[in-house]
Amino acid sequence: MVQFLGVLFDGLAYGSLLFLISVGLSVTLGLMNFANLAHGAFAMLGGYLSVTFMGALGVPYLATLPLAFLGAALVGGLMERLLYRRLYTESHLRQVLFTIGLVFMSMAATTYIWGSGAQAVRLPQFLQGQVQVGGIQLGIFRLFMMATIVVIAVLLGILAKYTRFGAHIRAAVENRAAAIGMGIDVERVLCITFAFGSGLAGLGGALGIQVIGLDPSFPIKYLVYFLLVVVVGGAGTFKGPLIAAAVVGVVDTAGKYYAPAAGSFTMYALMIVLLLAFPAGFYGRRS
Amino acid sequence: MNPALKTEGLSKRWGAFQANQDVDLALMPGERHALIGPNGAGKTTLLNMLTGTLAPSAGQVWLGGEKVTRMPVHQRVKRGMTRTYQINSLFPGLTVRESVLLAILERESLGLRWFGKTADCLKEREEADRLLQSLRLNADADQPTRLLPYGKQRLLEIALGLATRPKVLLLDEPAAGVPIGQSAELFGIIAALPRDVTILFIEHDMNLVFRFAEQITVLVGGKVLARGTPQQIAANDEVRRIYLGESDA
Amino acid sequence: MNPSSMFVKLASTAFWLTPVAFYFLFPGHLLLGSQILVMALFALSLDLLLGYAGVISLGHAAFFGIGAYTAGLLAVHGWGEPISGLLAAALVAALAGLPVSFMVLRGGNLARLLITIAIATLLFEASNQATSITGGADGLQGMETWKLLGLFSFDMSGSTGYWYCFTTLLMCFLFLQRLAASPFGLSLRSIRENEHRAAAVGVPVRQRQIIAFVVSGAIAGLAGALLAQTTHFVGLEVLSLHRSSDGLLVLVLGGVGQLYGALVGASAFMLTQDALASLNPVYWEFWLGLLLVLVALFARNGILGAIDLSGRLAKRGRR
Repeated sequence: MVQFLGVLFDGLAYGSLLFLISVGLSVTLGLMNFANLAHGAFAMLGGYLSVTFMGALGVPYLATLPLAFLGAALVGGLMERLLYRRLYTESHLRQVLFTIGLVFMSMAATTYIWGSGAQAVRLPQFLQGQVQVGGIQLGIFRLFMMATIVVIAVLLGILAKYTRFGAHIRAAVENRAAAIGMGIDVERVLCITFAFGSGLAGLGGALGIQVIGLDPSFPIKYLVYFLLVVVVGGAGTFKGPLIAAAVVGVVDTAGKYYAPAAGSFTMYALMIVLLLAFPAGFYGRRS
Repeated sequence: MNPALKTEGLSKRWGAFQANQDVDLALMPGERHALIGPNGAGKTTLLNMLTGTLAPSAGQVWLGGEKVTRMPVHQRVKRGMTRTYQINSLFPGLTVRESVLLAILERESLGLRWFGKTADCLKEREEADRLLQSLRLNADADQPTRLLPYGKQRLLEIALGLATRPKVLLLDEPAAGVPIGQSAELFGIIAALPRDVTILFIEHDMNLVFRFAEQITVLVGGKVLARGTPQQIAANDEVRRIYLGESDA
Repeated sequence: MNPSSMFVKLASTAFWLTPVAFYFLFPGHLLLGSQILVMALFALSLDLLLGYAGVISLGHAAFFGIGAYTAGLLAVHGWGEPISGLLAAALVAALAGLPVSFMVLRGGNLARLLITIAIATLLFEASNQATSITGGADGLQGMETWKLLGLFSFDMSGSTGYWYCFTTLLMCFLFLQRLAASPFGLSLRSIRENEHRAAAVGVPVRQRQIIAFVVSGAIAGLAGALLAQTTHFVGLEVLSLHRSSDGLLVLVLGGVGQLYGALVGASAFMLTQDALASLNPVYWEFWLGLLLVLVALFARNGILGAIDLSGRLAKRGRR
């Protein structure tokens, strides 16, 4: 039982990370019906920015986190403006090709600059180790990470519900034509949302270095996970991906723990089952 | 005698929005029935439920005595119900002839044939050419649809509906976008369809409605407001109020 | 016969003579030639799915891999007869195509795409783990392909392999050409052009897409088996995302929905890849990604589209 709770905790930690990274993808998909397969590359960028700041400039790990967010957000915003925007009205095929191409480019560039090995992080003293809570050992860093993500999730919820910008996003997701008709600058909403979502992904990438690892194959390795969370959770919503991410995180962790020989097989099998059972997501619109 | 097309309590809601409520319809075989109403009254939604594009939230649909409420779109076409679209929904990369030929081949259950060329299906080609001729599209038979001017695309839209030789034909604003001179001609072709074809058409042009309809159903706010012959509808005060905004209180 | 269709006939005959010329002009590069033919066949199978039935898949390598492993396993376990191995591979791939098609066609565009990726990755992982059967990451070794028709051995020169691949490709191409010109092919095109309207004129969309899926899978399986039998090896990459995306790129590069596009794209791609083979693989991945991006942004209808366009412009200029 104790073991199971430990697995559950790790799974939820993993899930919270998936949520943080995928939430931007979910909103972009809901807004533009554009599947950004390269979303993982922004997460990876955040991770490597963090590593670079720590290594080259000696910045303490925690301080690199907001930098990772900003860096990824900046790149995301620029790319949206200059490139992604051109493809919103194009066929799905073009969008797929474009984003897959970006994935390959990002993976190659990353290997070139930082090498193909996995990256490691020097955690500050107070975040290392574990703490005993009711008989189970919980990693302190994971606790910290989850707490941060929960706070961010709550802030996002408030943003969505109570601010004007949040209302604009919700309106544009609901019915883009009507939103434009009401005078909402949907293009601006898109750019800011894309940038923000990329930033969150970058933050997730940096936070996750110790938890899910960081190496140049990151975007491809986790592509299916991000997409799964968004598709099964339902694009354009918050609640859906939250639950989906939790489920995916727990199942994947449990699978790797209880049946390590099967590798990621269980996860992919579950993936297929979930996609078949919920073609329109738990809560969501058809993507 | 069984109605050719019947609905009972047909409703559609999306969350809080009720697009259609309790719509009852009964069309006798051969009837020319117009569906009119202000914009947003739920006419196209109703049509979508009749054809199977949309699943109703409540109610049933019968096609010639057979319950088709949950039947997929293509099967209803096979059973004889075809619709045309208000906004052209065509095959941009197919030529005019290919589009019509497609409908004819499917009707003749030749759609699975993989060994012969469509060019060699002479009987069906002839039928396609005859149909195109009747709509004066034969000169454009080899043109890809996307290169056609809008008016001709509209005619092709109708041709696709006719090519399936329906028993029940649902027309969503057939004259929309057709040049004024041609719309009467178009309706003439529709009116000249054999008497065993039942026709339900959505139209805004009241001249056309009163000329060709034998029965009219008025839909307002998703509900049936009035039903009857053109004379009855014309004399109906509520209908006049909604359509003509009469102020002779 | 009018000049335009005579030109088409001449061009296509010349086109099919090119591989023949290749055989005589570059006898030392027949292995590369076979690889081009295999890629062309794979892209062709994808064209049926994408260009004709309108299904975007990033997991088509699943069928390629199934075909490769079927032929490979048969050979490793004692049955190295090539043609029966080929047919067995096509059959297994087709059988796999049936349940896969049900799964893929269920959801909307994105769910579909995701399922294709998930299925291919699942198979990749399974192969990776089942080392005792598939050889895992080291690949399936110890394959022996018997003499073709009892006469021609698959030797190091690669000539038997080359003609074997060429003949298979040609036969599949002719089959697909027939299919495309048939009523079935027309119904597939209508589904690609406008799925909803196709249903509204009576086309049973799902049914046709499933058939296209199964046939497409079978042909991809043939391509995989050809690769296995001519190289006497099956590596994990046959199931990889790279294989799937390469196929997609090749097809878009050459021109989707035109059958010849797959062939043209495959030739261009593989020849370029070979020319740049000495490059660090990291560089290749980067340029490949860039190519994908550029094709997505600018290549309207691929190489064939560009030729067609310049032809039309030339005609207009002449008038």
